[in-house]
Amino acid sequence: MSVLVDDDTRVVVQGITGGEGNFHAEQMIEYGTNVVAGAVPGKGGQESAGVPVYDTVHEAVEEEDADTSVIFVPPAFAGDAIFEALDSDLELAVAITEGIPTQDMARVNKRLSETDTRLIGPNCPGLITPGEAKLGILPGNIFSDGNVGLVSRSGTLTYQVVDNLTNRGIGQTTAIGIGGDPIIGTDFVDALELFENDDETEAIVMCGEIGGEDEEEAAAFIDDHVDTPVAGFIAGRTAPPGKRMGHAGAIVSGSGTGTAESKINALNDAGVPVGDTPEEVADHIEEFLA
Amino acid sequence: MPMKLHEYQAKQVFADAGIPTPASQLASDADGVLAAAEEIGYPVAVKAQVQVGGRGKAGGIKLVENEDEAREAADSILGMDLKGYHVDRVLVEEAVDFTNELYVGITMDRGEGKPVAMVSTRGGVNIEEVAEEDPDAIAREHVDPSFGMHPYQARKAVYDAGVDRAVARDVSTVLMTLYDLWESRDGSDAEINPLMVTADDDVIAADAVMNIDEDALFRQPELAEMEDEAAAGDELEQKADEYNFDYVRLEGNTGIIGNGAGLVMTTLDLVDHYGGRPANFLDVGGGAKADRIANALDMVFSDDNVDSVVFNIFGGITRGDEVAKGINEALEQFDEIPKPVVVRLAGTNWEEGMEILNEDLVTVEQTLEDAVQRAVAYAEEVNEQ
Repeated sequence: MSVLVDDDTRVVVQGITGGEGNFHAEQMIEYGTNVVAGAVPGKGGQESAGVPVYDTVHEAVEEEDADTSVIFVPPAFAGDAIFEALDSDLELAVAITEGIPTQDMARVNKRLSETDTRLIGPNCPGLITPGEAKLGILPGNIFSDGNVGLVSRSGTLTYQVVDNLTNRGIGQTTAIGIGGDPIIGTDFVDALELFENDDETEAIVMCGEIGGEDEEEAAAFIDDHVDTPVAGFIAGRTAPPGKRMGHAGAIVSGSGTGTAESKINALNDAGVPVGDTPEEVADHIEEFLA
Repeated sequence: MPMKLHEYQAKQVFADAGIPTPASQLASDADGVLAAAEEIGYPVAVKAQVQVGGRGKAGGIKLVENEDEAREAADSILGMDLKGYHVDRVLVEEAVDFTNELYVGITMDRGEGKPVAMVSTRGGVNIEEVAEEDPDAIAREHVDPSFGMHPYQARKAVYDAGVDRAVARDVSTVLMTLYDLWESRDGSDAEINPLMVTADDDVIAADAVMNIDEDALFRQPELAEMEDEAAAGDELEQKADEYNFDYVRLEGNTGIIGNGAGLVMTTLDLVDHYGGRPANFLDVGGGAKADRIANALDMVFSDDNVDSVVFNIFGGITRGDEVAKGINEALEQFDEIPKPVVVRLAGTNWEEGMEILNEDLVTVEQTLEDAVQRAVAYAEEVNEQ
């Protein structure tokens, strides 16, 4: 079992003829992901990464039964590409693109509330169900099949924590990078709910960071609705207020909201231990599984 | 970071859209201030054009009645250091006789994923403090970003805030215009604080804040042109801009380079956890090639506060061999390595990277925790010498 993706997932890659899109489509296929098509306006009829390219996502759905999209479209056009995915009756759209204008994402967010399609990202590494499918840019070789669900706002921090787990022989059901932007599709609460309802997921790692209040909302949700044990990590304890730490969403506001301290306290109050180091997160997970 | 317009730039944008603003002129020396004041007519306000809040309290805004006071204000404000920013320009502005100060603003409510319009009768003070002390003093109206603000929403916010009926219509118009500007110019924040109400029941924007979403500058060429003028700050932060790094300077002595915002933040936190003090946040981004890695080392070496450097790369799309090449390139040009460098490579092509890396020039550690502890220890040693 896993959440959101498995080896039946039929993937269309939007932007497959671009450098990034092409490279990662090949990597996804090599990992075993069932990539069935690409979609690039004006490139219909060509082939890229060994799969047929269509002009529209709609055609890829009609012709190849695609049910999931992975989006590698440059930021200026990515908002439109997400709209196209949402309007094509897909189950899932994963937006890797970083740097989409915030107002474009606000409009996407509005449409999301009107469709059944789930969005992951943007500005995210994607998600992976080890041994079955990866959607996005995560390095497949560091993941292994197991019973820990992982959700994170950061790509490389995910790799770090997975590495700490893998070194102890602890594998993952699914790892989801939800993205570092202020406005994202799937958030912590959504991901926690998926893992809570997944029979194979026996423990959950949640990697948050400064900025916004998603971690606080997640803590409240865990308190009320999650029986699966959760271990947390919060990046940005040393971040000064008013400075954006790389991610567009990672900023402690001038008035002091979005601090690591507030998130750690909220999680602790919900019974979630928060590691001071990635190694300590792995310690907690090991205890949960013992 | 959002790109922040200066007050004079934002006022121009607002005025062009039809929002009433006081008569004003920009000046960069005392003679310019006097000439501007003469033309506008005393009294005038002399206002430092720097990107910090609380200019008034810090002595950056002075109200002057005559030529002597104007010269005095120009001398004291021009060239002053205001919270770390050098003041080289002032806005000379008609002093407005007001009976009331309001607040109007538009920002993105990230929790809701929607823009929110805000109106308050408690203008002229820090609105974040008002929000904290008395949240009910600010009327809020969320806007559908696909449609834009309905006129009724502007009126509703204005009436909910308790704005005097005599000016309600004018304030609603200002709020509608402000929203349209925020939307069409890709604002992250647009704010008028205070929006002054005069004895004749006119409204006038006495201050102006307009911050632009940096990710949208590609479609805001006019505003992008203002960026160089608005740019300010630390020399190193400017250099980071040139290299296109996400960089934040801190006050410690352990320099940090890594890939990916979350992992770099974590590295900073670990430096602190193990008793050290982080000197900076530097994210080389995804897929960095050798020259970019060398530039990152150059950045951190040019910070005099730095006593040691920890280089932590977990490769996804970044390759260990490219990182190793970049580190070698950067360090081989020195007869003596200026500051000890600790390297930890993991992920894509890390074995290839380890083979390439010149271990005479750096200290290698296998784990993040060990690498950070080693760098902190080096920084301490330098300090003890």
